[in-house]
Amino acid sequence: MKKEIIEHGLNLNRRRFLTQLGMGLGGVALGSLLIPDIFGSATEEEMLVTGLPHFAPKAKRIIYLFQNGAPSQLDLFDYKPMLQQMFGQELPASIRNGQRLTGMTADQAKFPLAGTKFKFNQYGETRAWMSELLPYTSKVVDDICFIKTMHTEAINHDPALTFFQTGAQIGNRPSMGSWLSYGLGSENKNLPAFCVLLSKGKGNGQGVYSKLWSNGFLDSVHQGVQFSSGEDPVLYLKNPDGMDKAERRKMLDRLASLNEEGFNEFGDPEIKGKIQQYEMAYRMQTAVPEVTDVSKEPEDIVKMYGPDCLVPGTYAANCLLARKLSESGVRFVQIYHQGWDGHNNLPNELAGQCKDTDQASAALITDLKQRGLLDETLVIWGGEFGRTNYCQGILTPDNYGRDHHPRAFTIWMAGGGVKPGVYGETDDFGYNIASNPVHVNDFHATALHLMGLDHEKLVYKHLGRRYRLTDVAGKVVSGIIS
Amino acid sequence: MKIKITLVLLSLIMTAVVWISCNHKGTKGAPIPDKISYNFDVRPILSDKCYACHGPDKNHQEAGFRLDMEKFAFAPLKETKGAFAIVAGKPEESELYKRITSTDTAYQMPAPASHLGLLSEREISIIEKWIRQGGKYEKHWAFAKPQKAPLPAVEKKDWVQNEIDNFTLAKMEQHGFAPNEAADKDHLLKRISLDLTGLLPSTQLMDAFEKDNSASGYEKMVDQLMAMPQFGEKLAMHWLDVARYSDSYGYQDDNIRTQWPYRDWVINAFNKNLPYDQFVTWQLAGDLLPGAGKEQILATAFLRNHKYTEEGGIIPEEYRVQYVLDKVKTYTKGILALTAECAQCHDHKFDPISQKNYYQLFGFFNSSKELGFEGDVSVSKPAKQPIISITNEEVKNVMTFINKKDTGSVMVSVMGERDTIRPTYLLKRGVYDQHGDEVQPGAPPAVMAFDTTKYPRNRLGLAKWTVNKDNPLTARVLVNQLWQNFFGTGLVKSTGDFGMQGNLPTHPELLDWLAVDFMEHNWDVKRLIKKMLLSATYRQSSKISPEQLATDPDNIYLSRASRLRVNAESVRDIVLGSSGLLVKEIGGPSVKPYQPMGLWESTTSGRGVLATYKQDTGQALYRRGLYTFVKLTLPPPSMILFDASNRDQCEIKRSRTNTPLQALMMMNDPTVLEASRVLAQNLQSTSANSDANISTAFRTIICRKASKKEMEILTGYFAEQLQLFKSKQLDAKITLSIGEKPLNDKLDLNVSAALMKVVSTIYNMEEAITKS
Repeated sequence: MKKEIIEHGLNLNRRRFLTQLGMGLGGVALGSLLIPDIFGSATEEEMLVTGLPHFAPKAKRIIYLFQNGAPSQLDLFDYKPMLQQMFGQELPASIRNGQRLTGMTADQAKFPLAGTKFKFNQYGETRAWMSELLPYTSKVVDDICFIKTMHTEAINHDPALTFFQTGAQIGNRPSMGSWLSYGLGSENKNLPAFCVLLSKGKGNGQGVYSKLWSNGFLDSVHQGVQFSSGEDPVLYLKNPDGMDKAERRKMLDRLASLNEEGFNEFGDPEIKGKIQQYEMAYRMQTAVPEVTDVSKEPEDIVKMYGPDCLVPGTYAANCLLARKLSESGVRFVQIYHQGWDGHNNLPNELAGQCKDTDQASAALITDLKQRGLLDETLVIWGGEFGRTNYCQGILTPDNYGRDHHPRAFTIWMAGGGVKPGVYGETDDFGYNIASNPVHVNDFHATALHLMGLDHEKLVYKHLGRRYRLTDVAGKVVSGIIS
Repeated sequence: MKIKITLVLLSLIMTAVVWISCNHKGTKGAPIPDKISYNFDVRPILSDKCYACHGPDKNHQEAGFRLDMEKFAFAPLKETKGAFAIVAGKPEESELYKRITSTDTAYQMPAPASHLGLLSEREISIIEKWIRQGGKYEKHWAFAKPQKAPLPAVEKKDWVQNEIDNFTLAKMEQHGFAPNEAADKDHLLKRISLDLTGLLPSTQLMDAFEKDNSASGYEKMVDQLMAMPQFGEKLAMHWLDVARYSDSYGYQDDNIRTQWPYRDWVINAFNKNLPYDQFVTWQLAGDLLPGAGKEQILATAFLRNHKYTEEGGIIPEEYRVQYVLDKVKTYTKGILALTAECAQCHDHKFDPISQKNYYQLFGFFNSSKELGFEGDVSVSKPAKQPIISITNEEVKNVMTFINKKDTGSVMVSVMGERDTIRPTYLLKRGVYDQHGDEVQPGAPPAVMAFDTTKYPRNRLGLAKWTVNKDNPLTARVLVNQLWQNFFGTGLVKSTGDFGMQGNLPTHPELLDWLAVDFMEHNWDVKRLIKKMLLSATYRQSSKISPEQLATDPDNIYLSRASRLRVNAESVRDIVLGSSGLLVKEIGGPSVKPYQPMGLWESTTSGRGVLATYKQDTGQALYRRGLYTFVKLTLPPPSMILFDASNRDQCEIKRSRTNTPLQALMMMNDPTVLEASRVLAQNLQSTSANSDANISTAFRTIICRKASKKEMEILTGYFAEQLQLFKSKQLDAKITLSIGEKPLNDKLDLNVSAALMKVVSTIYNMEEAITKS
């Protein structure tokens, strides 16, 4: 049956499909924003997927808490007593083993090891090590799978972030959320399949870029829709002053009549499509404010996420909003939180960053779990690379900085079919991977797998080449799947 | 033959199953031709299904076998003794045929591990018949020099306006189509006005055109529009995508730069009709021309518009290499329509471009004086080395097309060579510091030999090679891009890929005829455009009959004009132009019109002068779309929503979507609302007759007279709204309080507000932003 669908999909295009719609198959919700790309403007040969998973999915939705700037794994998750024992001693050349350095520390004469100044303890049944900076996350460790052996190829923020989000360090490739929108479509006909929420901490910030939620060469209906914290959560959503919902309805009724006249004149099914899009816009004007309104959240929820969750634009508010969007069927909610780039004064900046994010990250897991949604929602937490075990700048017992480190760092996942526990090990210096490496391509392959998609089959043919999120590599990390 | 197709749409989530059936005559099920063409029937199959493992990439020729060249395809197979892939005339003895028809997964091709899927029955039949007919190979169409074929004979001779029509009509007649009737004057004028200026015709122009019934009236109007300075702006919209023009550096801190004099140069070049060979030569190598003036050097900014990182801690060489790669990509994609970047890491899998060929191209751009890194955002300047500084004196005397306002000089990043040539190496796997063999600059021989006795091994040599009349790509590629601009889809649909995996031309003889004609007439762009617009093909009505929709939904046979939503810039220009708000100033620094609050602020790192969006005021609010400031990390949302390029890389084709976010923007963007208010009050101040004003508003925006029914709908809405405002159920002042243009409060504001709502409704009509 699936093969049949694909083959027939290949023989369709949007205009032809809309014709059918215009000829009496109304009533089907068909905002192109909100349906699988089978009806997008991709050409026949470009359309290779249909909005159906390739096999039974473990997760239906993803919430990705991107910690932009690269949090220090060595001060949060990857506990290395050796670094404390060797505090101030030089990183052995055999450990560094030719790793290229960023221009910020390449000229440093020494690379003194900097053990964390924070206390670590083991938590939960999985006995995962956690820093004292994450008291809330420590309480939910039994829902979390820590991947200690992520590694990437890039050593600078922009290419590394772009790699994590699009599978390529440069280039205008579709982001992960766009691939999922393209592959699976949306569950909610009144909301976009891919939403983006932004916040900033007080630490050293690195900026984000709209290409991170770009559709690349996919149809632009798959681009991430940025939700802002103001009164207009989606661009141009709000009617102008003096135009209420009833008045908008009157206008739209006139508009539809005018467009019907146009259809009678030209016979172009795109005109019918346009009428549908205005109706969809009208429904979004109700649906979006409903979902973004946190004022009706009960007290225990507010308490769980922390008081900041009522302050629009904060990380906590975005976590709560992410839960609401995800609960409403948004396929992929992408959060970016800036401020983790601790080149110097890391302990102080890191403490501030954790204070802003720890409680809400943990609350999101608890909240999803109590709603029975954690099983089908994959929550991902992580940055674009890790940080070095040696100090950037001047090392003192109380203060240090850390440069970018691509070879080994920690991210975590929860829910959505992942197995709680700790995956992979780094060496005693926390510098190299000792076992079970996970490359960024593997990470993408695994996330797609959990969503029921085979990363080698989710392809889009663009300018003669079949593209994948995982490019030409990537293996599903079966060890983290429950 | 009509084939019944049943589509099953299965929505997993809504668990609804919808059955739709439709009839159409698609190419997928077309009959197998009597004479199989290698280029048009066979090669697309082999390229798509076989070349990935048995193609030009010499590191990935499984079993030591390649199928892309005749001599290898007919040679004895290395790993299957005594067998041949192709035995001319005998498919049953040909390993190729045996394997594509096999059901044994260990034997069949494509191998299951390739994930390429098996060939369809039709594809198998084509291969079978081709082998039976002798299995002849042909040179790839795009690499053979175009020739002017004799004009095809047609039956309906009186329909033909110029040579283009001979080709299109012959094809229509061959496939049983007849052309639509000519479009009426209203639609035709709107169409050429949008195509040539990106703006709607004024009502005066509409009146004049309506009155002129002379045989040459249409041609005169085309000439008149092409002579307007807005012509250059319209053409520039396309070229700025090719040139990935922007006003910031991109990457994380994304500070400001001043490449806009290059944009002004592009507009001027189109307006003064700089021949395309020179247009290309100046942009590739203006600085190397003997006696190069500043204008020629300015044109080379084309190669410097890409992103530059100002991130502290980067490795300069990694980025310097990146910048050269971007130059190669822009050149190959924008000017040659080749997807050469595949060969950055390995031999191209589909096209005859080896990795060595790729780095030979790279070599042309590798001796520029530019650095990989000039420092972080704290020491950022609006241009990076090499730079030209343009003074007011120069603007006054030489480059009068630059719209420079202040007294200081403006800096532009341009090309300039080092004193010594920087050696170029093949980069293994495309990695910047993995040097392989040294290579000399050279152009891909599969396209055309790079004759070093004729061309120096530098960018000027490359430019000369590019615009040599024997180069099979350059003219075809531009003809195709312009065809796409005016007809909606290129004659080669994959505008950016003329290679093996690209689409084949729908009208190959027409494409070639136009390309040769273009070169024969001194690469005259305006002449070429005029030829397209004077054709009967272009002048057809865009009405779609149910029959056409069923048999040719994509309008491949061009038996009607395509109805197309205008591009993002024109959406803005239509609104501003028709309301009277538009400031028709050409060029100058980019402007920051109304934009939803907080977008730049929420994404910025906080560094650089573009951390916050400082909206302009006054005239700068009402400039054309192509002057809206492009900040790469957050390009203007009103443009992106309507599918504009984000300018991250060279783009030659935009998608054309229809989304609810566009509907929201048209309803609620202050630009549209302010334009509605201003047009309403302008009309109200010239006439007290509201029905007449509605009728005029409709004609001004839609460019035709409203029908009786349309007038009924709009006057009914007006009367209803007026009543609501009069009775204070709605507040006119609140409705009218939008935008910076002062309100004329001497008028009856209830009438103004009601009329504003009517005008805003007209702006939201599908037809308002559609070229039909």
